[in-house]
Amino acid sequence: MIDIALVPDGGLSWLDGSGPQADVVLSTRVRLARNVAGVAFTSRAGPLDRARVLDLVDAAWRGSPFGRGSVRFLLDDLAPEDRLLLHERHLASRELTAAPSEREGGSGSAVYLSGSTGVMVNEEDHLRLQTLHSGFALGPAYAELEQLDASLGGAIPFAFHSEFGYLTACPTNAGTGLRASVLIHLPGLVLTKEIAKVLQGLTQVGLTFRGLYGEGSEVVGNFFQLSNQTTLGKSEEELLDHLGKIVRQVVAYEEQARQVLLRDAPTIIEDKVWRAYGLLRHARSLSFEEAMNLLSGVRLGVGLNLIPGVGVYTLNKLLVFTQPAHLAAYETRVPGDADVRATRAVYVRRVLDEEAGWRA
Amino acid sequence: MTLCESCGEREAVVHLTQIVDNTITTLHLCERCAAEKGVETGAQVAKFPLGDFLASLGKSALAGGAAGEAAASCPGCGATLADFRQTGRLGCARCYDTFEGHLRDLLRRLHGNTQHEGERYGAPSAGPVGRLAELREQLGRAVGAENFELAAELRDAIRGIE
Repeated sequence: MIDIALVPDGGLSWLDGSGPQADVVLSTRVRLARNVAGVAFTSRAGPLDRARVLDLVDAAWRGSPFGRGSVRFLLDDLAPEDRLLLHERHLASRELTAAPSEREGGSGSAVYLSGSTGVMVNEEDHLRLQTLHSGFALGPAYAELEQLDASLGGAIPFAFHSEFGYLTACPTNAGTGLRASVLIHLPGLVLTKEIAKVLQGLTQVGLTFRGLYGEGSEVVGNFFQLSNQTTLGKSEEELLDHLGKIVRQVVAYEEQARQVLLRDAPTIIEDKVWRAYGLLRHARSLSFEEAMNLLSGVRLGVGLNLIPGVGVYTLNKLLVFTQPAHLAAYETRVPGDADVRATRAVYVRRVLDEEAGWRA
Repeated sequence: MTLCESCGEREAVVHLTQIVDNTITTLHLCERCAAEKGVETGAQVAKFPLGDFLASLGKSALAGGAAGEAAASCPGCGATLADFRQTGRLGCARCYDTFEGHLRDLLRRLHGNTQHEGERYGAPSAGPVGRLAELREQLGRAVGAENFELAAELRDAIRGIE
């Protein structure tokens, strides 16, 4: 098993819930897609090209302020369960973690991590620079990313076109190469059945939504990732401002919806969140999806001040560590544990026992 | 392992979340049942985000129009428009020049715009020797194009470095 403890704070600093509005907006991620000038994009690059890209990034990363105290994982060296661990932790994309390691000459795929910042190498694009911050923090996340972009772009020649901007393997990312997304919890809008309207509205203003794990993933536990759809024709600041403005509006709608619920159906809501808490506290078997939905209920209860003594940190931790690869790695150390649901229930009970300061 | 809700036999690999009349439902289906129901799987969507557009692009290209681009293969990587249509991915940065006409149209549809308004990138300078070679090349081009104003500027820059 990889020692993910090597990563400074495990790449999990966003879990602490210290960021702005962290009970509704769990985390903010910004990424930039970049390619090395003169080298074929990853899907058409041969083993030598991929190795060259990795060498270039390696030297540039080590020479940057982000190099010190950082960690590198070579995907070819990792067992499938370890790749999954990185994916569940949102440190590597599904595309990267699915890279076939038996590819002749190696895939050259790697992840570099330094605190909340990192680079994926030989993903769909040669470089995917990213930052992940706690709460609603588009400004700080992008500021950090800009530094990394300047460092690496000063050492590696990036493919850039005077009209089309940064060139990417998929034209949907060309221009700025910027995709900013916030992971947001919207139980109020789901319960008041306003969510469809809000999500439809998003697509009309050039934003898009996805599930917990990005492209193609399902929506579980009322968690949505909202992000910009277009990347070309607007400046980085305009893209971030626009997303920020809409997210603030969605957060305001969510808060309104919660107030409506409290006003019109206080007993139903109180019962709902306490049932979720009770089930997490006492269940002996939990599927991942059920755990997500119950955690959503408890999170709502904490946000409405109905359930005291449970921290946002604890809820975030449960969200990450109840995922299959995390449970296997930390609880049983046997991948493919026969009864992962029972293990999940044991883990949830233990964490709530230790960290929930108040007992029902 | 979650079993397919339709056949109950195979592993559910497609998780379809639908919003109908303000209600969110999630269907868990195996690949075969999903295909039978005409569900576009996440993998397909991720792989062919531009599928329909690219398909139509291929047809119109073959029907005439920019026949040159349709038949061309990129001198940088050998990719053709057919490759792009199949994978949804370009082969290299030069593809943007090779298939410029088609891509400008596609970028406009995707982003509503084709002109990059974000940060301008200045590639790292290749050091004095590399820079000199680059300037001389530019000078040659400027003279060839009879752009003497630019040529004079370039000549001064070269003298400065020398």
